[in-house]
Amino acid sequence: MNFAEIYHQAISQWEALQQKTRILVGAATCGRAAGALDVVRAFESELAKRGSDALVIPVGCMGLCYAEPLVVIMKPGEFSVCYGKVTTEAVRRLVDGYVLGDDPCLEIALGTFEIGEEGAPFIPELPRFERELRLIMRRCGHINPEDINHYIATGGYKGLVKALGMSSDDIIAEVNVSGLRGRGGAGFPTGRKWELCYQALGRPKYVICNADEGDPGAFADRALLESDPHSVVEGMIIAAHAISASLGYIYVRSEYPLAVKHCKIALEQAEALGLLGKDILGSGLSFRIEIAQGAGAFVCGESSALMYAIEGRRGMPRVRPPHSIESGLWQKPTLLNNVKTLASVPLIIDRGAQWYATIGTAGSKGTALFALAGKVAYTGLVEVPMGTTLRQLVDDVGGGVSGGKQFKAVQIGGPSGGCLPESLLDTPVDFDSLREAGSMMGSGGMIVLDEDNCMVDAAHYFLDFIQKESCGKCTMCRLGTKHLLEILSDITSGKGNIEDLDLLFELSEGIREGSLCGLGKTATNPVLTTLRYFRSEYEAHILERRCPALVCKELIAYLILPEKCDKGCEHCMLVCPAEAIYRDEKRIKVIDQTKCTKCGSCEEVCPPEYNAVVKVSPPSSAKR
Amino acid sequence: MKRLASKELIDKLRTILAHHGRERVELIPILQEVQQEFGYLPREAMLEIANFLEVPSSSVYGTATFYNEFRLTPIGRHPVRVCLGTACHMRGGKRVLEAFEREVGIRVGEITGDGEVSLDRVACVGCCVMAPVVVIGEDIHPRMTPFKVEEVLVELKQKDGSQQSPSPEGVSGSLST
Repeated sequence: MNFAEIYHQAISQWEALQQKTRILVGAATCGRAAGALDVVRAFESELAKRGSDALVIPVGCMGLCYAEPLVVIMKPGEFSVCYGKVTTEAVRRLVDGYVLGDDPCLEIALGTFEIGEEGAPFIPELPRFERELRLIMRRCGHINPEDINHYIATGGYKGLVKALGMSSDDIIAEVNVSGLRGRGGAGFPTGRKWELCYQALGRPKYVICNADEGDPGAFADRALLESDPHSVVEGMIIAAHAISASLGYIYVRSEYPLAVKHCKIALEQAEALGLLGKDILGSGLSFRIEIAQGAGAFVCGESSALMYAIEGRRGMPRVRPPHSIESGLWQKPTLLNNVKTLASVPLIIDRGAQWYATIGTAGSKGTALFALAGKVAYTGLVEVPMGTTLRQLVDDVGGGVSGGKQFKAVQIGGPSGGCLPESLLDTPVDFDSLREAGSMMGSGGMIVLDEDNCMVDAAHYFLDFIQKESCGKCTMCRLGTKHLLEILSDITSGKGNIEDLDLLFELSEGIREGSLCGLGKTATNPVLTTLRYFRSEYEAHILERRCPALVCKELIAYLILPEKCDKGCEHCMLVCPAEAIYRDEKRIKVIDQTKCTKCGSCEEVCPPEYNAVVKVSPPSSAKR
Repeated sequence: MKRLASKELIDKLRTILAHHGRERVELIPILQEVQQEFGYLPREAMLEIANFLEVPSSSVYGTATFYNEFRLTPIGRHPVRVCLGTACHMRGGKRVLEAFEREVGIRVGEITGDGEVSLDRVACVGCCVMAPVVVIGEDIHPRMTPFKVEEVLVELKQKDGSQQSPSPEGVSGSLST
């Protein structure tokens, strides 16, 4: 089949689909965690009971993860309505109301996709979407990721067809002009990388998609692979054509089983249509893609380590040069790009580099994809043009800090990134501005912290992670991070000295200089940024033995306020695992501080109308 | 805990090895499949894999211990993995982990005497918006609290009760709180 026939087949299937009532259910990992599969089953059984021919289509991540499970009902000739937090109980109502009837159930809807109904919000006009520009996410949540025809009918593989008619030089020039920079975090110009790999001597050449995403707090790559795997596959084939590679690997974490599954299906379907494999679309290009499942090592996000992992060895980075573009997998020239980078490529080729270059800032073109999590109202996956400020992301897209709490910091870029305070919220998100602020783009994790988060504890958390994940090759990384962690442990447990702060700086400098790879070189960012922007919190821990955010266990105590405690209630006593709570002579509950293990259960179960359990710091202030 | 009889183990291993080549590149996929089958990497299996690929057994062991995914001790019938990614940590994941340790009566990295529950921590499962999360088998439990831990454990026990008759040895005490 030539592409015209493939496209024709896909489009006729797609058009037939539009004639039917469709129920799209967001069934990426976060949707599933919230119960999306139960919702799918409930719809199917309700529809079967009523003999309806409406279709239930599991789609990927729509980005509004806070409202999962998400359902969109689309009817021919009617407006499409989106519903959030759909329960199996709500399913029957939706089936009777809108699928079979005329009542769009707007009172339980998030909004509509077309203007047309009074009273329901028009989704594209929500503050969030005013800021968003969905390019690489444009299909996420709209198509069935397990059906290649959905991808092709929405313009998929057009970029590849165009690229197959271009020379390597033309493709590389196009990527160069677009200004695309690597989305893995460091932001190396993609076109330049392709060019170097194209020029490199040695055969065969390899293309690797880095879908390791080991950063805790990042999930954009996962969501993209689960929701639109073909966009990455198409990007890889274009890259293979540009540098003349014959074999590619998708290196994906095995912690992402659904992403692995969808990649496998995508590869099989692309191969069956002749878009992958021998003599792709009769162009003479032969390219295969295999899946290599990562076995859980943060350091394998580092290119040389990742390649050793594919080879079946311990994933330990090596000295560079030679760079992997000249000597990578099995010492052959290897092009390694992130999921988001590769997913951008088909779009650039299809719509043109000039168009792409109009989006973003002078130094960072295109869009940034962030996994927004933590203490904001609307968590989820967000795609905005480069140059959008942190404040716009947190306030407009994220809906501000949840629960009426005070904003404290935003953590960007995982363990390699840093914590930025409120005074830097007007920083635009692009590679260079974030680096200047002491953080980095990283793989796009963005976690908002509020007044209840301790910044010393945050630094301790990241160092603990880094220290466990260090491959151990460089002494400064192996032992330096361990020493940093010990100092931070001392501070969080009230045993710190003020001189420790200088030592933290000094050690951090040494670790940065003495480490081979990015893991060690950026390991100290969380420490340095928290020291720089939240020094007073460190000082409170050291000088007053006090944790201002009431987080560090050794520096807090739980206390029951006698004036708020209800004499008849005994929730806290029943739940306390240490039997540390007793009644005094007035039947008021009291915590025996010598027995208390600070598990927090009493605070959790104290009914909100009393709210009698509080945390205090330092623990000595718990005496009554 | 029950150790697999050697012959049964070797038979299952041979089936796995049968569809793999003998190149080094196959090592991690083989280890992953073996772990999938047995829940951990038995010593005998690692020795056999070294033989099959013609690499030193130290090299197989060295690779297996380098990656977090691999474990050298058996996994519980209900493997509990508490996520301690950034979002989960910031939203109290550690307290959830402590609650599991307390309620099940084992420490992280351990397994109950009857092999029912094993407890591990994971760095991030990419489900940050539902933080803190716990993965038990293939099920993700979103927005966990220490208080919900007991509930989840009771649920597991009920699931067991409805699926199979009590084990002949009568050991099911691990899930009681």
